[in-house]
Amino acid sequence: MRGRALAATLIFAAFAAVPPLAYWANDPYLIVIASRIVAFAIAALALDLILGYGGMVSFGHAAFVGIGAYSVAILGQAGITDLMLQLLAAIVAASAFALVTGAISLRTRGVYFIMITLAFAQMAYFFFVSLSAYGGDDGMTLSSRSTLFGSDMLRDDGIFFYVSLGLLGALFLIATRIVGSRFGRVLRGSRENALRMNAIGFSPFRYQLVAYVISGAMASVAGVVLANQTKFVSPAFMNWHVSGELIVMVVLGGVGNLIGAVFGAVVALVLQEFLGAFTDHWQLWFGLILVGVTLASRDGVGGLVRRLTGGKR
Amino acid sequence: MSLLVVDKLCKRYGALKVTDDLALSVEPGELHAIIGPNGAGKSTLIAQLSGEARCDSGSIRFDGEEISGLPMHRRVARGLSRSFQITSILPGFTVLENVATAVQAREGSSFSFLGRVADESALNDQAVTALGRVGLTDRAGTIAGSLSHGEKRQLELAIALATKPRLLLLDEPLAGTSGGEAERLVEVMRSLKGEVTTVLIEHDMDAVFRLADRVSVLVYGRIIATGSPDVVRADPQVRAAYLGEEA
Ligand SMILES: Nc1ncnc2c1ncn2[C@@H]1O[C@H](COP(=O)(O)OP(=O)(O)OP(=O)(O)O)[C@@H](O)[C@H]1O
Ligand SMILES: [Mg+2]
Repeated sequence: MRGRALAATLIFAAFAAVPPLAYWANDPYLIVIASRIVAFAIAALALDLILGYGGMVSFGHAAFVGIGAYSVAILGQAGITDLMLQLLAAIVAASAFALVTGAISLRTRGVYFIMITLAFAQMAYFFFVSLSAYGGDDGMTLSSRSTLFGSDMLRDDGIFFYVSLGLLGALFLIATRIVGSRFGRVLRGSRENALRMNAIGFSPFRYQLVAYVISGAMASVAGVVLANQTKFVSPAFMNWHVSGELIVMVVLGGVGNLIGAVFGAVVALVLQEFLGAFTDHWQLWFGLILVGVTLASRDGVGGLVRRLTGGKR
Repeated sequence: MSLLVVDKLCKRYGALKVTDDLALSVEPGELHAIIGPNGAGKSTLIAQLSGEARCDSGSIRFDGEEISGLPMHRRVARGLSRSFQITSILPGFTVLENVATAVQAREGSSFSFLGRVADESALNDQAVTALGRVGLTDRAGTIAGSLSHGEKRQLELAIALATKPRLLLLDEPLAGTSGGEAERLVEVMRSLKGEVTTVLIEHDMDAVFRLADRVSVLVYGRIIATGSPDVVRADPQVRAAYLGEEA
């Protein structure tokens, strides 16, 4: 546990050092990349909460990211540019989507759960493709970033980065508290052995559903950050590729250890940038690295396979 | 009034009548043993009483109320707790957390998101007490999955006790234990006598005849005899159907 606290401190310190570093190296692109990493780290953190601690392998978490992004675009077009209101709308919309889809998905287990979460995310994808008022398939460009307390300070990449990092930090602390709470214990216990939890008086479904809603709401915050970072939204945000990448990030960082998900996002996106600069076939090398890491790590591929095969122990 | 009254209980698996018009009553405070050959339907009976399996028809009245329609976790809330023939614990949790989780199930709400549950002494103290009863206190910090088989059986019992049951359903608690381990578990069950009403399924006849106030014999899904250990032992039908091979 102390090791994880140390890892978290180091990772957040490294994040915080990016803007000065970018200034020093005269490379503002570093801040852009770092903001993007923060957005995905939020989504990966959200996914790890249910995947790592609840044994729920959602293959549709990009839908929540997309809902968050479109909350920015839709409210923005309606003249509501305040970040807090947009966050609130994103969280409410994502929670509602999670409540409905979770209540259905959680009636299944293992591979069926994976497929049904994927199916719901695809439905969300095509719903937004059909929204021609918001660019349909092509998506739409945002005229500006959200405002904060009536000011357009987020226009500044550095300030925007630190606000995003603050959101990640807050969600990381909340998630850490949740997994160590009474609720978190029931969630972890239900992954360990649902029948045993039932036999001591818990109905795992309710707890799993609430966890799914919390996770979906958290992932929508990632979408709010991402839309602002790129000043663009499109259905591609909720493509199944993105859901897959989120799983990769969680697995890369080691499932069920929140800071690992953040680290997984860092590694995945840095590798993507780095390898992408060297070779067009970066995905091949990325795949090899992924295989290596997961085989080497204690709860890598093994843990995932156990969950994929529906093993609840 | 009887604490548990089962009447006309039936369950089939395909063509097999696993529970066949079964009747049983358990009196408050007694230790009621159920014996019967392999495949007689003992575990299936426990599954129906605890709510793990649905009965096809019949009634299960607990403390005067029909419970056959209730899901398992609601029956636990009413005071019906069970152990499993095949050990069922939370293997990645510590021994203490296994038991504390059971305490938590009946102590207040579990929709509490921010407090550190590991530090809740209200839960941990009761868990330690339950561990003490089964003699597992010194293993509190161990990861449950790494316990020996006998210790897991002790833990299983501690988990069931931690739910503060009014009726304890024990499905072969001695299964697979060595002589010393079995002796210790028998002692624990003896210490619970009079305190917790217990239905005990057990193949170990020695333990059954030492512990039981009454014994029921289950054969092919039916109770063919019920009575004090001595009466059951002497019953010619029982000797023929079940104890025959031992007598
Ligand atoms: N889920 C199930 N599906 C089909 N048949 C089952 C199922 N569970 C149990 N059975 C069958 O029902 C019969 C009774 O099984 P049960 O486990 O209740 O016996 P038991 O008396 O507990 O036996 P043992 O002493 O071996 O534990 C057996 O023939 C078993 O094969
Ligand atoms: Mg059995």
